[in-house]
Amino acid sequence: MSDTLLAEEPRVAPAGTAPAPDDTLFAQILDPANRANPYPLLARLRERPVARQRDGRYAVSTHAEIRSLLFDPRLSSEDLPPSRRPHTGHVLKDWILNPIKDRVATAHRPLIFRDPPAHDALRHLVMQQFTVRRVRGTHDRVTAVVDALIERCRGRDRVCLVEDLSYPLPVAVICELLGVPEADEPQFQAWATQLSTALEPDARRDEDTRRANVASFDAIADYMKRLIAEKRRRPTDDMLSGLANHADPATPKMGDFDLISTAILLLVAGHETTVNLITNGMLTLLRHPLELERLRRDPERAPRVIEELLRYEPPVHFRTRKALGDIAIAGETIPKGAAVMLVLAAASRDPACFPDPDTFDPDRADNQHFGFGGGLHYCVGAPLARIEVEIALVRLCQRLVRPCLARDPPPYRPGAALRGPASLEITIDGIL
Amino acid sequence: MSPSLDPGIVIVGASLAGLRGAEALRLHGYAGPLAIVGEEPHPPYDRPPLSKHVLAGELAPGATALPNLVPLRATWHLGVAATGLDRPARTLRLGDGRVLPYGRLLIATGAQARPWPGSEEAALDGVFTLRGRDDAAALRAVLAQGPRHVLIVGGGLIGCEAASCCRDLGIDVTLVDPNPTPLARSLGTFVGGVVSGLLERAGVDFRPGVHVELLEGDTFGRLRRAHLRGGETIEADVAIVALGAVRSTGWLAGAGLMADAGGLTCDGACRVLAADGTPCQDIYAAGDVARWPNPHYGGRLIAVEHWGNAVEQAGHAARNMLAAREDQQPYAHLPAFWSSQFGVNIKAVGLTEGADTVAIVQGSRATRRFLAVYGRAGRSIAAVSFDEGRWLPAYAEQIRAGRPFPPIRDATDQTRIATHVPGFPAPRRGRAAPAETGGIHV
Repeated sequence: MSDTLLAEEPRVAPAGTAPAPDDTLFAQILDPANRANPYPLLARLRERPVARQRDGRYAVSTHAEIRSLLFDPRLSSEDLPPSRRPHTGHVLKDWILNPIKDRVATAHRPLIFRDPPAHDALRHLVMQQFTVRRVRGTHDRVTAVVDALIERCRGRDRVCLVEDLSYPLPVAVICELLGVPEADEPQFQAWATQLSTALEPDARRDEDTRRANVASFDAIADYMKRLIAEKRRRPTDDMLSGLANHADPATPKMGDFDLISTAILLLVAGHETTVNLITNGMLTLLRHPLELERLRRDPERAPRVIEELLRYEPPVHFRTRKALGDIAIAGETIPKGAAVMLVLAAASRDPACFPDPDTFDPDRADNQHFGFGGGLHYCVGAPLARIEVEIALVRLCQRLVRPCLARDPPPYRPGAALRGPASLEITIDGIL
Repeated sequence: MSPSLDPGIVIVGASLAGLRGAEALRLHGYAGPLAIVGEEPHPPYDRPPLSKHVLAGELAPGATALPNLVPLRATWHLGVAATGLDRPARTLRLGDGRVLPYGRLLIATGAQARPWPGSEEAALDGVFTLRGRDDAAALRAVLAQGPRHVLIVGGGLIGCEAASCCRDLGIDVTLVDPNPTPLARSLGTFVGGVVSGLLERAGVDFRPGVHVELLEGDTFGRLRRAHLRGGETIEADVAIVALGAVRSTGWLAGAGLMADAGGLTCDGACRVLAADGTPCQDIYAAGDVARWPNPHYGGRLIAVEHWGNAVEQAGHAARNMLAAREDQQPYAHLPAFWSSQFGVNIKAVGLTEGADTVAIVQGSRATRRFLAVYGRAGRSIAAVSFDEGRWLPAYAEQIRAGRPFPPIRDATDQTRIATHVPGFPAPRRGRAAPAETGGIHV
């Protein structure tokens, strides 16, 4: 697996044969140097729909193959390349306590790292709380937060979109939905930012990042434990109260460990991705001023614009799975145990599915993008994300006077899986 | 013949297959005259909701009309049956005496409910079959009045769906079937046993291994009770006869085609075969009525009575109708069906017929959420899912490729794979025919 496999020696193609395909493309995609525009690499990756990489991972990049694998029971989300705990130097801890702790942590991973049937039971409980009423009910709150955040930029000739709006908005919304007191939001934002790096394959290898993640995880788990106890004492109308006070005798309720990991998941997954979608959205609109103008005049276009954004600049570029058995697909056999990278962003620009895939065209028909993933792990927060992004983009287009990119491309955060600008400087002539 | 006199293409059967065939003809560029003949007065409608939402009262029978996806510019002859085919004269005889010339013909007359064997008994008030929109409307009207007790004869898909609806409406139901479990003919008794459990939980009085000998009426011609073989009786004011379907080929008698109650035989390209076995170049068939050699099953003649086949085969036949003789494409369809009953979504692909083995490959029967695969002589031939439809396409792919049984090892939610005998009943015979469950005839 990616953590443990040593890089193989580069193979030299014998003279007279076709050049060996580049089996480092995925590594190049991970390279921060290619963060601003990975799309030419994704196009090259698609030349081989299922491509073994030098490190033994398999990169899948075409629409048909990803769709097929998303519904293949031989791909697991559990038991991905393990995160190794550091040696403490204390023999007893290393040999007894930490493995037990690891096992407990593994058994209560959040549902995106679980397979059926455990996944299904957890997801069912979450979906029971993610009600249409609750999601729609965020509309006014989102609008108020967006307008307040924009208002704070009044008098300035420059907006830092990430800092001024993209970051504070999703955390405020998810805290409200979960039932986290407003005063604790800043703390949450810090935890969410740190923990989302855990989804990057390389971050699992970096010891400092890993250590920081463990510390954040412990802190947030501790906080959640107290908050859950509070919700049991004084239930309120929010998702965490609903989960903690589950009363439907027909379905088993969540254990406390699962409750904590689910609450953390909802925070992390709902945060970073939405930040990226809003920032990528504004970046794309500023690069396509005609589309920005059309959206400003006609907010009804927002759903089309957002679906195209999810295809064209998705917040999640790839997800990792593990092959539980040999899988024959597209002329390759992915061997049992291999790590499989589902490069969703590449599939969403597959010319076999999307005519003129590198053109941003909100009017395209039959836009079956993988912006929210697919299969049984399809994003549970998709309806919420759509509401947040729609309101944010429409209000930004309507209220920022003559917005322009101050720097293009913007600097990116290191993440390749959850890809997005670290900051987005926009010059403005005022606020309406 | 000058182009203006070209009678064009006639489609017999204003059905799902008929409509989708007509649309496919236009999509593939056919611009000539097009006529559609339908025995029922209704424009094409969708059947799957009839035994579910319509019986439940959630959907009006008229709301099942199929959307028209392509402008057809067709002449509709609705409420009039085709009663004969004169191939040398290239004409159809219609029930109202008219004669309709055709250039090319697409036969999509489908199937009809297998009637209760005794016609007097079948005519009793309260005895229903469930096939068409009018059947569903009539049965719904009676169910809405709250009958005392409903007897369902036949534990196939339609019988089980009707039982499910009745229970949802709070109506007492007895379901009888000659086999040990419902759906035995299509899924075998091993998987059918799960459905027995669903019936029991829903409070259906399920009587396995039971044959109905006689339906008895009162002096006003209303159903009163059913007499079972062995002397027992069941009091019921409504009986739903769910014994499967017979192919609507009677009107083709004397036309010199290979047609019987099991279907109208075609070649691999959906061209109808004449009695001497040669394909008719100008007559095609699609949907429930068509029996063709399926390459997935060794070229055996198979008729498939399911929604997906009607759509796909009609499109395929239409394409071939417009193609040159040397460009006729073979039709390779993997049969599939779905059902919803007792809150469970059942989906299946492939043909279970002849299966010698079955195994639960994901989930478990105990949770009533599982995926089962059927094997025949070491190959995977069919799969069925109970509330696990999401994985079915992966298994369909394996079945299509004829992979060994079991096709997928090392799946999520998979424990040790134990194989079982599927438990298919012996072939039907005699009067009290067992239920038609899978809709598959050879």
